Amino acid sequence: MNEYFHSVRLIADRCKGCVICAKRCPMEAIRIRGGKAQITESRCIDCGECIRRCPNHAKTVVTDDLKNLADYRFNIALPAPTLYAQFGITTRIDEILFGLTQLGFDKVFEVARGAEIVSLAIKDYLKRPGIKRPVISSACPAVVRLIQIKFPELIDYLVPIDAPVEVAARVMRAKASREQNLNPEDIGIWFITPCPAKMTSVKQPLGSEKSNITGAIGISRIYGELFKLLQGGLTADTRRHSSWIGVNWAVAGGESSAVGMENMNRLVVHGIHSVSDVLEQIALGRLNGIDYVETLACAGGCIGGPLTVQNRFVAEYNLQQRARKMQQEDIAIGRKPLQEYKESELGVNERRAIEPRPIMRLDEDICKAMYKVEVMEKMLQQLPGLDCGSCGSPTCKALAEDIAQGVASETDCVFKLRERVRDLAQEMKALAEKMPPSLDKDSS
Amino acid sequence: MVEVNKEEKEIILKFTLQGLDFETAGEASGKIKRVLQQLGVGSDVIRRIAISAYEGEMNVIIHAVRGVMQAVISPVCTSITLDDEGPGIGDIELAMREGYSTAPDYVREMGFGAGMGLPNMMRCTDKFEIQSKLGVGTKIRMIIFH
Repeated sequence: MNEYFHSVRLIADRCKGCVICAKRCPMEAIRIRGGKAQITESRCIDCGECIRRCPNHAKTVVTDDLKNLADYRFNIALPAPTLYAQFGITTRIDEILFGLTQLGFDKVFEVARGAEIVSLAIKDYLKRPGIKRPVISSACPAVVRLIQIKFPELIDYLVPIDAPVEVAARVMRAKASREQNLNPEDIGIWFITPCPAKMTSVKQPLGSEKSNITGAIGISRIYGELFKLLQGGLTADTRRHSSWIGVNWAVAGGESSAVGMENMNRLVVHGIHSVSDVLEQIALGRLNGIDYVETLACAGGCIGGPLTVQNRFVAEYNLQQRARKMQQEDIAIGRKPLQEYKESELGVNERRAIEPRPIMRLDEDICKAMYKVEVMEKMLQQLPGLDCGSCGSPTCKALAEDIAQGVASETDCVFKLRERVRDLAQEMKALAEKMPPSLDKDSS
Repeated sequence: MVEVNKEEKEIILKFTLQGLDFETAGEASGKIKRVLQQLGVGSDVIRRIAISAYEGEMNVIIHAVRGVMQAVISPVCTSITLDDEGPGIGDIELAMREGYSTAPDYVREMGFGAGMGLPNMMRCTDKFEIQSKLGVGTKIRMIIFH
């Protein structure tokens, strides 16, 4: 297997070796070693929970930058609808889109438009007979990775359709190379992203051989410049194409209402820990009456992404207002949301199966794994169960696993160490009290 | 409780279950599932084991006074036994029918006791045996090959 690319990284200088990130990581992928956080790459799903939690801002995301635009002859920005939620309703979408062109992009295409295409495709998919239910949304790449690792038995339940940004990129690469008469490789397509998980998907696509996206630029990375531009007031018109339906995808629940699930049994689950709990229930067959589960790693949906700037509740309010206004405007001028899509936009031929990544196993050899389970269970009974994290592992269970794997020792536990020191001290005291018979005046 | 039988190379997981203790419901089967994942058993097999263990666990909690669930995991198969003290099942054939349930209303309101437990267990397992005595209890033995 190729080396797994991750966008979440550590700025070692800032890391104080506290255990906050390790304890919040849903995959128990972080250990503190040598006073610094260390991410086990095979376990990381790039959900960004550690970025959100780190009080020292020691976690960062490798994203691209506006200077990368120089490597391409023609550059297209794909703004996530979450970008619109960073601004109040007085900043119009066409102003935001025009602002992006002022930052150096030649063209802008809304990911919300991709979301509308995907919504229609999911609607059709749900009509297919024989599909496994509940159908699980595959739009959030962190959730897809969580399923690959922890719930591989649910892979067949995932919507087999690309995420909106991938669809938007495919549409634009074809369109721009045709219109601009350019090789597809000369076109840079940049996702303006709210999260690291989507950055990772550019390098490590899910469900396809190669991504159509060239790179991803975090919203927080360009926000300052864009804000300054928009303060100045922009008059030029870059027309928006997407309707409220696509824009709503940025908020939890937006996807299922775009798919038209209001009258069906749907469930909206957001926040990676909650998503994990619900997937557990689905795996046990406990959500049999449900047709669709919208699952998002960030609380609140993409507006809660770690690379956003605005408070997520403010962002949600911004987006709600915006969507309502868009709906009114569109009804007034008789503009309808997208009604149809082409199969080619979905790139069905490029899709490949999403593979399980069973990294939970302790050893390739089941007999050795059984031995390790035994060591782990024995160890776990002896550990205090306080889950303090002082040993550098997030929980006592994780420490027991690390000991079984031979990468930690029992005395890494401060309580175990104290016990050992106490026993040793008692032994020393006992020894110290022993006198050789020649000097021992008490015994006679 | 976990034991490892060194001669036979198997892991034994033993849980005591208390009737109507919905707070801890699912913990035992969750633990079995985690151990199977750590052993690297195939995900479809794990799913079948997890569902049958969960249904078995829930049956004891819903219907019985108390019970013991034991999972014996070997490299080739997992066998789960449930042994409970409870009302027992009068007509096993009827109980095996999908949708047949004797669960009281309050249990159904919690989303359990839909009458799918036993049929689900049988569907998910390679070997399924059930014995019951009215007023004494029920014993279930299930084997799933890896």
